[in-house]
Amino acid sequence: MTANGKPKFAMYWAAACGGCEIAVLNIHEKILDVDANFDVVFWPVAMDAKYKDVEAMPDQSITLCLFNGAIRNSENRHIAELLRRKSKILVAFGSCACEGGFPALSNLTTREETLRTAFSTVSTDNPQNLRPQPNYTVPEGELDIPHMYSVVRPLDQAVPVDYYMPGCPPESEQIAAVVELVIKALKGEATLPAAGSVIGAGHSTVCDECTRTRNEKKITGFTRIQDFRPDPALCLLEQGILCNGPATRNGCTARCPMAGVPCVGCYGPTDGARDFGGRLMSAVASVIDSTDPQEIERILDQIPDPVGSFYHTNLAGSLLQASKPTWEEDQHAAHHD
Amino acid sequence: MTEKIGVYVCHCGTNIAGMVDVEGVAKWAAERLAHRGVVIARDYKFMCSSLGQELIEKDIQELGLTRVVVAACSPHLHEQTFRTACARAGLNPYLCELVSIREQVSWVHTDKAAATAKAKAVLSGGVERVTHHAPLEPLRVPIHPATLVVGGGIAGIQAALEIADSGTRVYLVEREPSIGGHMAQFDKTFPTLDCSACILTPKMVSVGNHPNITLMTYAEVTKVDGFVGNFEVTVTQKPRYVKVDLCTGCGVCEEKCPKKVVDDIFEVGLGKRKVIYRPFAQAVPKYPVLDRENCTYFIKGTCKACEKFCPTDAIDFEQKEEIITLKVGNIILATGFDLFNAHRIPQYGLGRLPNVFTSLEFERLCNAAGPTNGNVVMRDGTTVPKSVGIIHCVGSRDENYHAYCSSICCMQSLKFAHLVRERTGAEVYNFYIDMRAPGKGYEEFYHRLLEEGVHFVRGKVAEVSAFARLPGEEGHLIVQVEDTLIGKQRRIPLDMVVLSAGLEPRHDAKQVAKVFGISCSADGWYIEKHPKLDPVATMTEGIYIAGAVQGPKDIPASVAQGAAAAARVMGRIQQKEIALEPVRASIDETRCSGCRICNALCPFNAILYHADTAVSEVNPALCQGCGTCVAACPAGAISGTGFSDEQVLSQMEGLLLRNLQPVEV
Ligand SMILES: Cc1cc2nc3c(=O)[nH]c(=O)nc-3n(C[C@H](O)[C@H](O)[C@H](O)COP(=O)(O)OP(=O)(O)OC[C@H]3O[C@@H](n4cnc5c(N)ncnc54)[C@H](O)[C@@H]3O)c2cc1C
Ligand code: SF4
Ligand code: SF4
Ligand code: SF4
Ligand code: SF4
Repeated sequence: MTANGKPKFAMYWAAACGGCEIAVLNIHEKILDVDANFDVVFWPVAMDAKYKDVEAMPDQSITLCLFNGAIRNSENRHIAELLRRKSKILVAFGSCACEGGFPALSNLTTREETLRTAFSTVSTDNPQNLRPQPNYTVPEGELDIPHMYSVVRPLDQAVPVDYYMPGCPPESEQIAAVVELVIKALKGEATLPAAGSVIGAGHSTVCDECTRTRNEKKITGFTRIQDFRPDPALCLLEQGILCNGPATRNGCTARCPMAGVPCVGCYGPTDGARDFGGRLMSAVASVIDSTDPQEIERILDQIPDPVGSFYHTNLAGSLLQASKPTWEEDQHAAHHD
Repeated sequence: MTEKIGVYVCHCGTNIAGMVDVEGVAKWAAERLAHRGVVIARDYKFMCSSLGQELIEKDIQELGLTRVVVAACSPHLHEQTFRTACARAGLNPYLCELVSIREQVSWVHTDKAAATAKAKAVLSGGVERVTHHAPLEPLRVPIHPATLVVGGGIAGIQAALEIADSGTRVYLVEREPSIGGHMAQFDKTFPTLDCSACILTPKMVSVGNHPNITLMTYAEVTKVDGFVGNFEVTVTQKPRYVKVDLCTGCGVCEEKCPKKVVDDIFEVGLGKRKVIYRPFAQAVPKYPVLDRENCTYFIKGTCKACEKFCPTDAIDFEQKEEIITLKVGNIILATGFDLFNAHRIPQYGLGRLPNVFTSLEFERLCNAAGPTNGNVVMRDGTTVPKSVGIIHCVGSRDENYHAYCSSICCMQSLKFAHLVRERTGAEVYNFYIDMRAPGKGYEEFYHRLLEEGVHFVRGKVAEVSAFARLPGEEGHLIVQVEDTLIGKQRRIPLDMVVLSAGLEPRHDAKQVAKVFGISCSADGWYIEKHPKLDPVATMTEGIYIAGAVQGPKDIPASVAQGAAAAARVMGRIQQKEIALEPVRASIDETRCSGCRICNALCPFNAILYHADTAVSEVNPALCQGCGTCVAACPAGAISGTGFSDEQVLSQMEGLLLRNLQPVEV
């Protein structure tokens, strides 16, 4: 506790798009409760703070830390370790922290290829083909920038995590509810769920909250919403649109499918599932309405970008995890670019 | 680790010990898996022997084992043995895991070191898995005493009679107007040459008169719900347009009906029948059926000759299709086979060359009650052939059609050769690839034919044509064949050629299998539970198969299977209730979103969708634990008892040897 007696709160943005930060701000007046109940000690996007201030805090002195973003580079990892040490409750916040998020789709390719795409595309103005250098000497001295690792990892592959809060980003109502729960728990009015649990989400799947009509599933082909006018009342999957709702943990109130856009699966797998994409693939494959291998092949070929569809936000946390070098190997490789 | 695990590695004589260092494996498990709960690891010559089983029982009692892993043969063979041993010692039988180091290791490898390493990995997987086993109780369900037999060929007839004689109800459902199946079409039967009708019709009559048999012909099973002991079967009865309670079977209607049509079924297109008809004189039941498609009254609105003349007013043009539901405990499928369609081999000329006949056509030609009154004549209906060729293996033993041997064609071709000689004195040529005569009295029958002056040409016929090239070929069919015994191409001019077409699965075998929830081989034959030890049961509890539906076979084998299936069913009925394997899928309704992905997948129709609560449910008595739905549920809401993710994933960890106690160096 601080001098004012309030528990400390921290939030950090690692390899992520920033949507999680916006989602927290989007809890509207509940943000005042955060301020009323917590002493915000570290939140780079909202207030000025230095890493050295955090380093100076006693271990375990931060009560609640929401960590969003995946571990892409050595800075992400360093801060993850630091905040783990300083925090009582460390929450992997959002899809990237939970399971790598869509940045982890770059695990399908090499680090070199990712850098090339980022720094040498047609739209990049980089005539000298410059690349960021890990070390650089300027008149004032030596500069270091973080090393980019060869793969993207979710937070729990770097440090132990207390809770997982999925979503890309997590829904604001869910964030508000979690904040409220923690506040109550601190006052002794509620108990926190078991360590390692998923919070701010349900235990079933998106279909549970989706009110579209469902029939026995039989898929004869795949298509996309831009290619026809889907029936507004019928399950999208039954209309040949790859909707990830059946495999995705609920908690979002099925916003996407209800608006006519297929679920991409950002809330991740359910308690009963280990591998999101694997589950989804075997489910979809099971309901292809044909017994002719060639026909089945033809139907499956209509799925656009299979890995990107089935593992949109979950690749790094899946059973299919990229074969990973150790941290040391990865650090070493980065130095020899 | 709270479990106390006993590990038993079997030598299986030299079956395993010859390729795997069994003692080494046991010792290794005791050392490296001790921290995973293994308290004792033994190897023994024959674990399945009473002494082997006693080893386990003694350890359970003395060491207080809570889990048992036996590394031996396939669970198919001895899982039951070791489970029972555990139960005798007071351990829940489902806490025992059998890992196969024979079928999956020693028998399939040739490198002893590698095989031993694999045996260790498989065993380690079993140790990890067994920890997650839960004690289970088998499910007990009552058996309804009635039985459904589908298909009234000789196999179905035999099964129905055996069960009915034992005193319980049998419903026999036959698609055609009469029972009898293929056998009713034949004249003589090999190898004894007894008259087919003479041995078949008494059985048909017994079926018709049996107080315990409810015969439903001109009917088909359209739906099967429920599970072993408690099936609910929907039968669709096609309208006969004849009231069976009034009809005396006098046949006046048939006699008076003015319209004749070609009979494509019973007479295979060789003869005609009336529109209101019985397929043959001894048909059972005796009631005719009216073929609506061809009936003048149904087409033009006038005629009704049958109605006018029927002495008991049994004709009923208003009759409708009827849906009947039956409750039965067991089902026997005896739907038989179809004849291979020899049109598929155009070079044999069927349909193009008039005097090329199929085997079933030839049976009808020979039959005294057939279209030619038993005269073996050519397509013109009068000319007696002077030379006849009989081609074996048509559509069988041929990669292009069926790779299997149809098993009856050789004998049936010999029967034909005999009948041609007997009826016409014509020269007969049998073209065979190999002579297959393995049944009782079959080889003797072959020798008898050799003495009857039949010419045997060993070779596969290339073509049957009508193009004469050489003198003496004019006006004949020419069979072109390589006679492999003399190593020469031959052209043999003949008057008539009979194609001994093979047997193939019914054209609708796959759909019928789906209705009953059983599986077919790639060919379409129904699959038995075990090819040697359980030939009439299927993987679906309570559903049995008999006769040619399981694969090509002759009459004696079909009858034997009919009786065998009946014995299995009678055993079941006697037991009054049955214990079902508790390996079942179940759905956690709090996780199920009602996405309905699983709904249509269950091959046993065990999944029910509750629209009101929008969740799916597995009926545990119907579920056979196949795992299809478990793999398909994207929410991970379904788990299979004995196959939970935990069990499977921990077994994998074990297989990858990630669980080993590090060795101290
Ligand atoms: C030309 C020829 C000659 C033969 N000669 C001999 C011989 O001399 N000696 C010998 O031992 N064997 C002989 N056989 C073999 C013999 O035909 C079979 O062994 C025997 O017919 C198999 O009997 P089954 O009851 O299994 O099948 P089937 O005789 O085919 O009977 C099946 C019955 O099921 C009915 N059915 C089919 N589908 C359904 C359905 N969905 N619902 C309800 N009913 C249905 C059919 O209408 C039929 O009545 C010969 C075979 C052929 C082709
Ligand atoms: S549209 Fe998507 S979320 Fe809605 S029911 Fe269908 S699969 Fe489920
Ligand atoms: S009504 Fe039909 S079945 Fe009866 S006699 Fe006429 S054609 Fe034959
Ligand atoms: S495991 Fe599932 S699919 Fe298989 S029998 Fe049971 S309910 Fe049906
Ligand atoms: S697949 Fe799973 S979630 Fe979907 S209806 Fe079946 S049990 Fe429920």
